[in-house]
Amino acid sequence: MSKTSIVLTGVGGHGVITAANILGKATVNADVNVYVSEVHGMAQRGGSVICTVRMGNVSSPLVASGTADAIISTEPIEALRYIRYASKNTKVITDVNPVIPFTVAVGGEKYPSLEEVFKEINSRAKLYKIDALKIAENSGAIITKNIVMLGALAAVDVLPFKSDILFKTIIDNVPTKYGKINEKAFKGGIDAIKSI
Amino acid sequence: MEIIDEKPEKAILLLGNEAITRGALEAGIDVATAYPGTPSSEIADTFSAIAKYLKKKGEKPSFYFEYSTNEKVALEVAAAASFSGLRALTCMKHVGLNVASDAFMTYLYVGCRGGHIIITADDPYCHSSQNEQDNRYFALFGSAPMLEPATPQEAKEMARLGFEISEELHSPILLRTTTRLNHARGAVGLKKPKKSRGKGHFEKSPMLVTTPAVARARHPELLKMMERAEKISEKSPFNKIINVGKTSKIGIVASGVSFNYVKEAVEDLQVDAKILKLGMTNPLPRKMCENLIKSCEQIIIVEELEPFLENQFKAMAYDVGSSVKIFGKSTGHFSRLYEYNPDIVTDALSKILKVKNPISKPIDYKIKLPSRPPALCPGCPHRATYFAVKKVAPKETIYPTDIGCYTLGKAPPLEVADLLLCMGSNAGTACGLAVSTDQKIISFMGDSTFFHSGIPPIIDAVHHKRDVVITVLDNRTTAMTGHQPHPGTDFDGMGNPAKKILVEDVVKGCGVEHIEVTNPSDIKGTAEAFKRALDFKGPAVVVSKAPCILLENRTKRKAGKKIPTYAIDQEKCKQCNICIGKFGCPAFYYGENGTVHIDEQQCNGCGDCVQICPFDAISEKEEK
Repeated sequence: MSKTSIVLTGVGGHGVITAANILGKATVNADVNVYVSEVHGMAQRGGSVICTVRMGNVSSPLVASGTADAIISTEPIEALRYIRYASKNTKVITDVNPVIPFTVAVGGEKYPSLEEVFKEINSRAKLYKIDALKIAENSGAIITKNIVMLGALAAVDVLPFKSDILFKTIIDNVPTKYGKINEKAFKGGIDAIKSI
Repeated sequence: MEIIDEKPEKAILLLGNEAITRGALEAGIDVATAYPGTPSSEIADTFSAIAKYLKKKGEKPSFYFEYSTNEKVALEVAAAASFSGLRALTCMKHVGLNVASDAFMTYLYVGCRGGHIIITADDPYCHSSQNEQDNRYFALFGSAPMLEPATPQEAKEMARLGFEISEELHSPILLRTTTRLNHARGAVGLKKPKKSRGKGHFEKSPMLVTTPAVARARHPELLKMMERAEKISEKSPFNKIINVGKTSKIGIVASGVSFNYVKEAVEDLQVDAKILKLGMTNPLPRKMCENLIKSCEQIIIVEELEPFLENQFKAMAYDVGSSVKIFGKSTGHFSRLYEYNPDIVTDALSKILKVKNPISKPIDYKIKLPSRPPALCPGCPHRATYFAVKKVAPKETIYPTDIGCYTLGKAPPLEVADLLLCMGSNAGTACGLAVSTDQKIISFMGDSTFFHSGIPPIIDAVHHKRDVVITVLDNRTTAMTGHQPHPGTDFDGMGNPAKKILVEDVVKGCGVEHIEVTNPSDIKGTAEAFKRALDFKGPAVVVSKAPCILLENRTKRKAGKKIPTYAIDQEKCKQCNICIGKFGCPAFYYGENGTVHIDEQQCNGCGDCVQICPFDAISEKEEK
């Protein structure tokens, strides 16, 4: 009986919840059982965001430690923040562009060196780094960064359905006039993983 | 709009909250009321979105929906609909039921006519709340039948069938959810919505006027109703035994989302167990529970927060003379704190059942990561108000605050939140501080909070001539919960034009003699307004009025207008640190050698920072 657990993380405003919702809808479209957990309300105002999507023979929307198949993050330290969900086999895909929290400027906290962050992720899981922000920008809108991440997810071979289903679900769920931009973003995400 | 499809061919992905709204539609809901509050808001927002969608298409919604002034009003409006024979629904967050409890407790004595579901959305772990009270005790406290869903599918079914239970018992029922149900999405199979009843008719009865004599007559009826409810609970499809593996003498009792974790844990641990899944948790199905007690050697109770089931199971075990060992909170295996998750439940079950836990112990990261708490958005008008206040307020000033985005003013560098209890408490505690100290007091509340429960304490301040400054941060919306309208907006939850009530008019009517209305984007002018308010002897109210930047920018984008961004002229910047160290907009960051920059991705283009820079180093960025 197979189960697939995906953790999506990032910063409030990056479209993490939208990505989780689309991934959930694609799973329904693929006739696979799905259970999604989201963060709303106070948790969203620029804070750290985590959503989980579980597929297959699952009862809980939350993921147990060390059991995620993939973690996708729109920000590097947010990937590390939720690394307890990863095991050696987990595929961690992260955007390489930091978003510095205000606690660094105001509270005197430190943003660690990216090299250290990536090193620690790599020691705990399989790390895939992509410049999702640049791919999104080249696609026509930086807000498609979440779609780039979904493209990357589709390329690492963890989903229990074909990437076409995810692609079609994305196109069905964005305004028609933004279809092309989202197509570019999704394919850009796939290509970024393939070129690693 | 997928959620109102008459006959969808297959299950659709719905948020737990959306599923509840759909369930009510399938039951032919007539009147729905709410005061928004996380994690309940999307139940109300879905009604609102449906009404607006149909209006746009020129169709009439089959229900009436309103965002009420507060939870108590919401409950009263819906109760009256029920007394008129209509099906009614009221939703609120857990602490909202504290506000509505005055109506709730006596409503149960009176009973209802049309089915009425009251949703209390509890928030274990206080994701977006000031406490994590377990509202299942309200069901015991007031004698209310209660349902607790585990999944979005079950939430929809309970919302649909709950109306039938309510009508059979002539009692409003509680539908108690928790954040992980409200904000979980799952595939939900749908049924055809029933026709709503439309208009009702109020049948007069002396039993509807709760004088002491009536109340005394109604109380035994309430207890009899609960006896009938127990029979329903006994037969309810929401209460069931699930046998996992071979016949087992291990019983596990779970309700709500805890059931989901139990189910996976039992599979992962590969143990045989008899799971009693409880969906109707007040009154408990006594016979079913007693049979479990008699047939088991050990019983494990898995429930978040308080030992609500656990204590009742202990009492039932005593009643049947059983010495079954009951594991739960009192044995130290489960906590009364926060949310549960698969790790917690699997670990506790493995310890009780003495089997190996296959889930590895969570290992956290070793590098120290900066925290990323929520913050006032870049461009939030509250920041400008707070900055202006700090310019003129004496150092010892106390800042009572309230529930809303502006609570985030607690964070450095603004630090303008010193005391918070509940909705509306800012002005009440301000009065008390004025009695008890010689410190200056400037309190803060939002516009929606003002209408909700902020007015009575202002009247108290006026009547007792308290020397306080009460601020209403008037951003023309209920921002934190998702931009719902309120009595200060010129449209309502159905998208219809509504009478807009001005905060300054209300406070004038309350007898406040010093009222300042200011626009916080004029920081100097706002600071002067607060100075005058502080100098005034007696209660002063400052209405600091500017729209929520998120709404403002949405409107601009829709109109095809550009949102400006701002940049710092590095030659003019003297790195004085005011923009970061005093104003604290998250769009500012330090570059190399202490240089200060504005993150274009985060800047919302309010331009307030232009005014606070003493060296004129910030200006609107030229178009590329």
